[in-house]
Amino acid sequence: MPDPILQTRGLNSFYGDFQALYDVELDVGEGEVLAIIGANGAGKTTLMRSITGLLTNGPGQIHYRGQDVSRLRADEVAELGLAMVPEGRQLFPSLSVKENLMIGAQVGRKGPWDLKAVYDLFPILEERKDQASTSLSGGQQQMVAIGRALMANPDLILFDEVSLGLAPIIIKDIYEALPGIIGEGMSAIIVEQDITKALSVSSRVYCLQEGRVSLESASDTVSREDISRAYFGIE
Amino acid sequence: MEWLNAIVQGTLLGGLYALFAAGLSLIFGVMRLVNIAHGDLIVLAAYLGLTVTTATGMHPMAALVIVVPAMALIGYALQRGLLNQTLGDDILPPLLVTFGLSVIIQNGLLEVYTADPQTLNAGALETASVAVGGVALGILPLLTFGIAIAVIWGLQWTFYHTALGRAFRAVSDNQDIAQLMGLNRRHIFGLAMALALGVTAIAGILLGIRTSFDPSIGGGRLIFGFEAVIIGGLGNLWGTLVGGVILGVAQTIGAKIDPGWQVLAGHIAFLVILAVRPNGLFPRISG
Repeated sequence: MPDPILQTRGLNSFYGDFQALYDVELDVGEGEVLAIIGANGAGKTTLMRSITGLLTNGPGQIHYRGQDVSRLRADEVAELGLAMVPEGRQLFPSLSVKENLMIGAQVGRKGPWDLKAVYDLFPILEERKDQASTSLSGGQQQMVAIGRALMANPDLILFDEVSLGLAPIIIKDIYEALPGIIGEGMSAIIVEQDITKALSVSSRVYCLQEGRVSLESASDTVSREDISRAYFGIE
Repeated sequence: MEWLNAIVQGTLLGGLYALFAAGLSLIFGVMRLVNIAHGDLIVLAAYLGLTVTTATGMHPMAALVIVVPAMALIGYALQRGLLNQTLGDDILPPLLVTFGLSVIIQNGLLEVYTADPQTLNAGALETASVAVGGVALGILPLLTFGIAIAVIWGLQWTFYHTALGRAFRAVSDNQDIAQLMGLNRRHIFGLAMALALGVTAIAGILLGIRTSFDPSIGGGRLIFGFEAVIIGGLGNLWGTLVGGVILGVAQTIGAKIDPGWQVLAGHIAFLVILAVRPNGLFPRISG
């Protein structure tokens, strides 16, 4: 495997007294697309919140390009080149489409992604650029959320349940656009409930079950049986 | 004609109330913080103006050059050092802490400046007036109203046309996601408080030129500011100006009927509007 861009070692995450992740060990290689699957409540979103710095972690648990980032705030992690497309899109309702995209560039990192590049990828957004983000359809909102993350020119991009709540045809469009998005040498973590979709775009897959890694495998060789065992915990 | 005069004077007074209210409205809009110490901060700005003018002999309006940045710095430090720690899901801690701050500022001012009423001496500006159609308009109230419009326009422009304003709105919408975009909310809140207290500085200086002040009057200014914000509707700065004008006109008309009714009439107008339109006249954000 190429040098890891992101490593978690013995990652334990808590919401107050409730422990949501147990000793999660995960590696993302440079330029690699990783899928994370798991049932509701398995800890996928918690893992995303820990990695991005929205949850406080213990020291030494998360390394990004060899640097310990476990104790950094989310904005500091973002400046290092880590961006997220959050679950449920979570656009800023009082900002227009264009402003939502521009706020993604707030971290000031240089790279191929700017307003023009995002509009080239999703032409509909240029037509709607001055509209309130809440006036768009779910699929268009997801495009804004993806564009907003790209505007940061990240080295590692996290997609948290991008297909949730979208029509199948829209999901198909978005997954067809993904290779073009990630193609530019970016690494990605894709959190997904739709296992087939997740496997089709990733090179390796992790499955979480009740806060623990229950499976780690190459995406093209993993068997259905392994997945259902890791997913549901049925022996 | 006397009634027309009362309405015109009340409208101009409303400009001052809008300036009291603009900072409150801004802070509440960005971080959902209700600042009980706002009135005392206005008075603090007036006293800072007093110190600057007596020490340097500057005109109070010129002293703005020093007092506005000074208050902005105080605002940033106050937010980063104290108020950020109180923000969270519970709205009670910021209320209690700013209430405590209010007591501290009042007593601090009392200690340093005594309870003697003070004014800022603005010379001819205090009494100059122009006659328009039989109504004498004071230059100071006119200037105050003009400044209020300029300040609100400036805040509005900042909010909707600058990167800082975009950051204010993003953080106000969703703090976590804004943080993911590289916005440090603690810093953004600090900037919002700095901006709010910069406006408060202008309000304090204009208050000090207009009337005498002592350390105890902050509470009253806070109430007028609150009423202007609520009448206008939360989150709408132009609404706040309208709220200030309604309050000012109600007060001058009340005073015209009976001088003792001035403040009461303002409160009654506020209660009537609250009863008819609980969200204010032009609300942008709910609760």
